[in-house]
Amino acid sequence: MENLIALLVAAPLLGAAVLLCGGRRLDAVGHWIGTVLAAVSFVIGVVLFADMLGKGAEEREMAQHLFSWVPVESFQADIAFQLDQLSMTFVLLITGVGSLIHVYSIGYMEHDERRRRFFGYLNLFLAAMLLLVLADNYLLLYVGWEGVGLASYLLIGFWQHKPSAATAAKKAFLVNRVGDMGLSIAIMLMFAWFGTFAFGPVLEATGETSEGKLTAIGLMLLLAACGKSAQVPLQSWLGDAMEGPTPVSALIHAATMVTAGVYLIVRSADIFNAAPDAQLVVTVVGAVTLLFGAIVGCAKDDIKKALAGSTMSQIGYMILAAGLGPIGYVFAIMHLVTHGFFKAGLFLGAGSVMHGMNDEVDMRRYGGLRKYMPITFVTFGLGYLAIIGFPGLSGFFSKDKIIEAAFAKGGTEGWILGSVALLGAAITAYYMTRVMLMTFFGEERWRHAPTPSPAEPSAEPAAETRGEYEVPHPHESPKSMTIPMIVLAFGSVFAGGFFSIGDRFMHWLEPVTGHDHGHAPVSAMTVTLATMVVLVIGAGIAYVQYGRRPVPALAPRGSLLTRAARRDLLQDDFNHVVLVRGGEHLTRSLVYVDHSLVDGVVNGTAASMGGLSGRLRKLQNGYARSYAVSMFGGAAVLIAVTLLMRAV
Amino acid sequence: MSFPLLTATAALPALGAIATAAVPAARRTAAKWLALLVSLATLVLALVVLVRFDPGGDRYQLTESHAWIADFGVRYELGVDGIGVALIALTALLIPFVILAGWHDADPQETGSTRWRPTQGFFALILAVEAMVILSFEATDVFLFYIFFEAMLIPMYFLIGGFGDRAHAGTDENAAAQRSYAAVKFLLYNLVGGLIMLAAVIGLYVVAGNFSLQEIAEARANGTLDMATNTERWLFLGFFFAFAVKAPLWPLHTWLPNAMGEATAPVAVLITAVVDKVGTFAMLRFCLQLFPEASKWATPVILVLALISIVYGALLAVGQRDIKRLVAYASISHFGFIIMGIFAMTSQGQSGATLYMVNHGISTAALMLVAGFLISRRGSRLIADYGGVQKVAPVLAGTFLIGGLATLSLPGLAPFVSEFLVLVGTFTRYPVIGIIATFGIVLAALYTLVLYQRTMTGPVKPEVSAMPDLRVRELVVVAPLIALLIFLGVFPKPVTEIVNPAVEHTMSDVQKQDPKPEVEAAK
Repeated sequence: MENLIALLVAAPLLGAAVLLCGGRRLDAVGHWIGTVLAAVSFVIGVVLFADMLGKGAEEREMAQHLFSWVPVESFQADIAFQLDQLSMTFVLLITGVGSLIHVYSIGYMEHDERRRRFFGYLNLFLAAMLLLVLADNYLLLYVGWEGVGLASYLLIGFWQHKPSAATAAKKAFLVNRVGDMGLSIAIMLMFAWFGTFAFGPVLEATGETSEGKLTAIGLMLLLAACGKSAQVPLQSWLGDAMEGPTPVSALIHAATMVTAGVYLIVRSADIFNAAPDAQLVVTVVGAVTLLFGAIVGCAKDDIKKALAGSTMSQIGYMILAAGLGPIGYVFAIMHLVTHGFFKAGLFLGAGSVMHGMNDEVDMRRYGGLRKYMPITFVTFGLGYLAIIGFPGLSGFFSKDKIIEAAFAKGGTEGWILGSVALLGAAITAYYMTRVMLMTFFGEERWRHAPTPSPAEPSAEPAAETRGEYEVPHPHESPKSMTIPMIVLAFGSVFAGGFFSIGDRFMHWLEPVTGHDHGHAPVSAMTVTLATMVVLVIGAGIAYVQYGRRPVPALAPRGSLLTRAARRDLLQDDFNHVVLVRGGEHLTRSLVYVDHSLVDGVVNGTAASMGGLSGRLRKLQNGYARSYAVSMFGGAAVLIAVTLLMRAV
Repeated sequence: MSFPLLTATAALPALGAIATAAVPAARRTAAKWLALLVSLATLVLALVVLVRFDPGGDRYQLTESHAWIADFGVRYELGVDGIGVALIALTALLIPFVILAGWHDADPQETGSTRWRPTQGFFALILAVEAMVILSFEATDVFLFYIFFEAMLIPMYFLIGGFGDRAHAGTDENAAAQRSYAAVKFLLYNLVGGLIMLAAVIGLYVVAGNFSLQEIAEARANGTLDMATNTERWLFLGFFFAFAVKAPLWPLHTWLPNAMGEATAPVAVLITAVVDKVGTFAMLRFCLQLFPEASKWATPVILVLALISIVYGALLAVGQRDIKRLVAYASISHFGFIIMGIFAMTSQGQSGATLYMVNHGISTAALMLVAGFLISRRGSRLIADYGGVQKVAPVLAGTFLIGGLATLSLPGLAPFVSEFLVLVGTFTRYPVIGIIATFGIVLAALYTLVLYQRTMTGPVKPEVSAMPDLRVRELVVVAPLIALLIFLGVFPKPVTEIVNPAVEHTMSDVQKQDPKPEVEAAK
């Protein structure tokens, strides 16, 4: 059975190779090849899952060793896979949601002449992501880690002719590379201290190492996680990544790739468990990002960017939970799975709306769409209820548990983290209600031509303001798009409940991650009640602002915080001034230094040492060639003569 | 006496060079085919060397030894260890691609003007360089090595000065002046390095009484040849200086961007992927073996210079406006990694460095040759003159991207393995230097992706709108290189297997052992 593990990766990898090298001949069938191979991977995943369920909880781990990859003395990296309950969860999520999004893309990308290539990239992504979660050592994980980064780069920049897309793609890759530095250093530390970087042996070694060293490794892993999962301070790329086609945003930038950081931390549980300081930093990063993303999500008028802020915030919840240690690991992963359903569903819904609205993304240009797109409305609505944590839906179970776990951490920390998580829940309810109301309810603002915008930097979609305005004809999307949305909506509604009955999910993951109940200072009931209260408050405020009053077609100037939030809380401005401008000045001056100083000094030293200064000046005068040839000739003759004299 | 395989591997391209040069002026195409066939036959011989070499056997194999200049103790001594075998294979592999990529680079520009049969000369010179590079990987006599090390400057000088890149912004005269400046600078830098080395070679003879690498190294190891500390250090510096110019190491690097910028793309590949490797190879073989104590003495300074090369080269690559100069500065950064790996004195560092030499050769060839195809289409080397090429020539853009991704060491492609080995190998001994060097991976992503974005994406510039995609000949050049990059990224074992034992020998030469992991050390 374990020999099937490699096939999980091989199927989509084959698809990527065939689609990307196949050329135009495959244009007509490319999307089917891609979709079928994604589905094959899913089926293999289900077969392995069934096999795993048939075994006892402690015997479920499978391993497959393919071959020795980099063997240099004590440095031994293998191409080898490990499939345990944690990896299995990811495999099902990745291939399941992945297959659905392949199906969705058939319709969504129908009119794109480069559709074959799009599916090639999607398959490449699946292969890399599966490699990431199946690797049995950190170095192989790194291959998957950057592989998904590459796929993300290619897909964000899929519409390369748009400069904004190309820039966003490059930015995503670069910011991720900063995170990758963390992963590189973590692996180097493991090798230097433990002599290995395979999961099993590292786990054994943690017991014999000092806390300080584990803290160092933990922090480096966290840096990596921040890059991939768009956590503060490496979060700036995710908003821009929305330049990619919407199915990409759903699969990569919501459901799977961005959660890789959570996987990394949970996978490294043994390191973090023994390094409380590192855990504390993890929780702080999670808590800060949770609020950061939520605040940004409140201010965006672009539906995808609002959802991107939300993704950041929800992953903040997961990171927070992962930082809590055994109290939170299970819930981090559970929220990750339910979030995979509802956030992918929300993005596909947003894509469906854009599909029917001439690719308009500004929610101020939407309104009252529920009549025109009933399926999109209902599925999006269920996703909305799930994410805000409406009782009984998926998000309710998973998010509530995280808030509880945060309180259960105990002490002042527990109170602070719990309160932040609670506050986040209120803001989530606010911004999601805002999205819902602006899109599906209220006046049909798209019927009128947009009023020309006064110079407002964040009002991006002002491109069509010139020329004649074409009133869109909102319509429901084709079946290939709505069916995946319906399936995901099912998940959004039922997954949380299904997982929570009899603590199924906890028992499933416990053998890998361990579990601890912590010491909750307040009862679970109180937490649930408090969550309900803040939910109502958040949604209520949004209703008063956007439901009761008409939505202005142009964004009002807003408070200082709103304006900052529209600009991603000024982080981009900071980056631009410090890194981009600063970097440009640095490289420019270095080019000058290299040309005039280094070159000059080296030439000058050589000249003065050899007494050649006068002759070197002739370099510029055109005598250079003759000089060089004569010098070279002299040396050659000298050598030749000595040799011949002696040889004869 | 067995068949002199090593001599044959070098003699074939040398004879091929003469034959190619002798092809009549009118038969240009025949000369090209002849050169290509010779280079392919050399590749076959190199593969025979690879197969005949037994990684578990003696340190030097396939040895040949003949008296040459008896009075001086100069012998014609050849032999290869795993490092030499790997680099000979790389050289023999790249030359056919260089020839094929430069197929039209030396066609006479105006029909009728046949001054000195440029086509024949171009390809003959390439083969001549190949012969000398292979010989310098094989020579185990210090003097013999020195001769080839210096002699390869002559054909390289003419290749750079005589066959410039036709894509030039200025007038023809201006272009010729810049080309000549680049060629002379190349020659002068390397010549000064070589002369200093010559002094050291003679000094070594005075101290040791012969030129045989094996004999001297052995005598040094068993203590029969004692060198005064200062003598050893001076001799080391003499050798190292020459190699550091060739490699090139900061601050001796400034000849490289000029040379690579002005030369045609295939010649630029010849410089950085083949000729420069002799410098790093010689550090491993001569500096460490002959002067182990001095090598250790100089290590801190060399590591810092290598680190500066890594960061400085990458930063300058970011600031370049010329595609080929950008690749040149990227190479300087990569040579920093190689030298750092060599002097970290760990198995991972040195195996990684050797693997790096091979991988850098392949990846730079892929990137530079595609860049050359791009430049020949538009007639400009300036990044700003391009834009949106991806739309009109997707295959060209795709191969360019893969070459770029290899340059930034994307995991899954060959350079990742070697770069990571070098980083790990350095880190275990010098953690701070290892950590600073990892900044190089961020900067590499920056210069590569900025280059790709500015040339390939965005709106299609009118000047590139009619650009044809890769032709069959060009695809034949690029596809195998890319296949190799992927293959060696996933399965580098064939190379590490032959390199590892050689590295073990070098490690015992310098009497260094890998640092033990702390968990183990504590037990």
